[in-house]
Amino acid sequence: MAGGFAAEKPALVRFDGVVKRFGALTAVDRVSLDIAQGEFFALLGPSGCGKTTLLRMLAGFETPSEGRILLDGEDISQVPPHKRPVNMMFQSYALFPHLNVEGNIGFGLRQEKIGKDEIAARVEEMLGLVRLKGYGKRRIDQLSGGQRQRVALARALIKHPRVLLLDEPLAALDKKLRAETQFELMELQKKLGTTFVIVTHDQEEAMIVADRIAVMDHGKLAQVAAPEEIYERPSSRWVADFIGEVTLIEGTLSQPDMLASALGPLRVDKGAAKVGDKVWLALRPEKVRLGAQRDVDGTFNALAGTVYEIGYRGDMSIYKVRMADRSLMKVALANSGGPPPFAADDVVWLSWPPAAGVVLTR
Amino acid sequence: MSGPATRPWPARLVVLIPYAWLALLFLAPFVIVVKISLSQTALAQPPYLPVFDLSAGWEGLRDFVAQLSFDAYALLGSDWLYILSYLKSLEVAAISTLILLLIGYPMAYGIARSPRGLQPLLVMLVVLPFWTSFLIRVYAWVNILQRDGLLNTVLMKLSIVDQPAAWLASDTAIYIGVVYSYLPFMVLPLYATLEKMDQSLLEAAADLGCPRWKAFWQVTVPLSLPGIAAGALLCFIPICGEFVIPDLLGGSETLMIGQTLWTEFFANRDWPVASAIAVSLLALLLVPIVFYERLQQRAIEGGRSA
Amino acid sequence: MIPKSGNRFSDKIMRNPMRKGPSLFNVTAVALGLAFLYLPIAILVIYSFNASRLVTIWGGWSLHWYRALLQNEAMLQAAWASLRIAALSATAATVLGTLAAVALTRYGAFRGRLLFSSMVYAPLVMPEVITGLSLLLLFVALGIDRGFWTIAAAHTTLTMCFVTVIVHSRLVGFDRSLEEAAMDLGCPPLKTFLTITLPLIAPALVAGWMLAFSLSLDDLVIASFTTGPGATTLPIRIYSEVRLGVKPEVNAICTVMIAIVAAATIVASLLVKRGAVRRAREAALGAAV
Repeated sequence: MAGGFAAEKPALVRFDGVVKRFGALTAVDRVSLDIAQGEFFALLGPSGCGKTTLLRMLAGFETPSEGRILLDGEDISQVPPHKRPVNMMFQSYALFPHLNVEGNIGFGLRQEKIGKDEIAARVEEMLGLVRLKGYGKRRIDQLSGGQRQRVALARALIKHPRVLLLDEPLAALDKKLRAETQFELMELQKKLGTTFVIVTHDQEEAMIVADRIAVMDHGKLAQVAAPEEIYERPSSRWVADFIGEVTLIEGTLSQPDMLASALGPLRVDKGAAKVGDKVWLALRPEKVRLGAQRDVDGTFNALAGTVYEIGYRGDMSIYKVRMADRSLMKVALANSGGPPPFAADDVVWLSWPPAAGVVLTR
Repeated sequence: MSGPATRPWPARLVVLIPYAWLALLFLAPFVIVVKISLSQTALAQPPYLPVFDLSAGWEGLRDFVAQLSFDAYALLGSDWLYILSYLKSLEVAAISTLILLLIGYPMAYGIARSPRGLQPLLVMLVVLPFWTSFLIRVYAWVNILQRDGLLNTVLMKLSIVDQPAAWLASDTAIYIGVVYSYLPFMVLPLYATLEKMDQSLLEAAADLGCPRWKAFWQVTVPLSLPGIAAGALLCFIPICGEFVIPDLLGGSETLMIGQTLWTEFFANRDWPVASAIAVSLLALLLVPIVFYERLQQRAIEGGRSA
Repeated sequence: MIPKSGNRFSDKIMRNPMRKGPSLFNVTAVALGLAFLYLPIAILVIYSFNASRLVTIWGGWSLHWYRALLQNEAMLQAAWASLRIAALSATAATVLGTLAAVALTRYGAFRGRLLFSSMVYAPLVMPEVITGLSLLLLFVALGIDRGFWTIAAAHTTLTMCFVTVIVHSRLVGFDRSLEEAAMDLGCPPLKTFLTITLPLIAPALVAGWMLAFSLSLDDLVIASFTTGPGATTLPIRIYSEVRLGVKPEVNAICTVMIAIVAAATIVASLLVKRGAVRRAREAALGAAV
């Protein structure tokens, strides 16, 4: 997929056919990607998909084996990291233990020829921005995890980089703190207008914070789009399965709007697939209705099945329903009060409109 | 990180400076030792022939090669004095390495089993004597072992012996001195290996029905073999060439090879023979040294990939 | 998954039910071993204060031999020479040894790497008579007069490998992301090494320096080979006196040397320990996040 070239905003960062090999292993396989100025961009994928390598190439810690990386139209592929206007927030924070908070935050400024007073002023400003006022003289080992993270963020932002890179910054936090920090990051990004590129393996996180997401698999780009598009219109079975829960139904397109499957004919929206193609119907669990009877009209798809298992998740329950061809379909119901409507071994009817499903050709 | 071909000059210097130093002060001398060992003794300054003279040109080079001789080596092979000296060195080195292992292993094991916080202190206590003068410590044993020294005084007081025994100038004294001086060299590598050992392996052994003492022999010892090898080599190789200890504590019947070399060089002023001794000692130790270097390589590689 | 929070000691017990602490045998082994190591030194120190000349007779506490020592010109000169040589060679060895350690840790394969690392580590095991002899022959061949400088050069070569071992093991565990962070913030690689890496591995450098210092101070064999007129070192002096039998003045100078080296060692290991403790605390904080 050559995709990723953004439409509206001008490209700040461009990966052009980038390949990175480590010996026999190809970590990044011909990635071409545009990141626009002011975007909050996410690189998402399972471990080993190459997202971190891509990030490190942008930072300058790795050089591409093939291809180029362009920043504002200039080729920076061979430029060493200390000369790039790109700064990174490390996963382990990498705070200098022998410097205090001020020393850490001001470090980047001291590498340029800036006067001591100006450095002190900007450090103070940064401390305010990350809500660490008064912590300037503290030693690093006196800070809590959340405080150290804010120091790492301040240190990376103080030089007003063109791009801020975040390497799994929230991985070590518990869920509540993670949610708060995600929100703070988004606010910060909006306020500063800086381009953020975040690497994460947490799809929920990517969907929440990012304007656009690049989903990677084994070094290649699987899909690059806004979160909503990736979720609602995944480009492949792999992407559909990686993001959120999904049921995939295999079949052949018998007519432009009809899928012939093991569960019988199913209505689908007309799309790019041609008649006779082998396709898969991707159904998100929350778009399927569960009822005791088949009380829908002919334009809806309706199938009968038996409840196999109910997965309780607090706000929702995921019902796994065994269908006529022994396959399992997933349906999500909100737990909006009262006893659960169905129990295991109940016979239920699943129904959905044709527009609820996405036809995938690969 | 940049590769060798693309390295900037400051980075090259990092390798080149120590490399050049070592090439000049470590490698080149060895070449010279070999050359001298092939020379003839002479009553001259320096006391050997031929002297390598670049200005003599090709003629000089041919003469030079013609004058080289294996006399020194022939002497080493024919005179029993030298052969016995080598054998004695090997014997002393082998036996003392064994003793060091027997004493050092329980110590290292004991330190590895003690509370985590205490371990650095114990290690420091083991290392501290090593950092105080080697000569002093050997000399301290002279104090103790001499005829009217402490050991005899204590033994007589305890009525174990009636007369002061001659502890000095004996092989026993050498062994005591060697074991005493080299103990840290055995304990440290052993401790380093034992300390890294995964305790859950012993738990697994117990879970599978293996009693503690058996687990020690079947699990702990085999896993500590790298440490044992490192410690043994670190002791055996230098002990072979020891000079100070046998000289101060030993007798004069059979000298160890280090003493022989010293005598040949300083007393007899026979540089070629002394060099020949050095070269053959090195040849003798080549296998253990290479083995030791291999262990070191593996340790460095393991460190790099970590 | 073992919870990372909570009391560290109880965590350890939970993780290692076999680790009920050292057995009696272990404790005895360590205690006896340490006693064996320290007894001769203790005796030496005590007897340096013995008013009587003979070891068998205890004449009471006295500083007599220390006073005699202060009047022994030859001995004092030798001590001064030893200290200067030790300081010089330790500094040179620390610089060279650190460079070698950096090259071995950070640079992947390079031409001649195997030879390089063999040369660096060989002095650890090589019998000193061999290295001493070879260095002397080198100086003779090059026509260099032997004395202060040749001993210093010889000691540098010998002690370099000890510095490399210490610095190497510290570098291996070093958190590279600190250097990456510095470069990311605009610090060129050389400056990064000098302002970030070096300060953080400084305790290892100091420990290396101290070790090189005491090895040089203590060396007899190599100094004997590479010395020249007017450059007698303390060990050479002590050795020549000791060959003639035990002398109480020697006890005195030995005690002084022990005191100096012990003090230096304690300082060095406190530095290393403090660094290690701080690192451990940071690691614990990082894990608890």
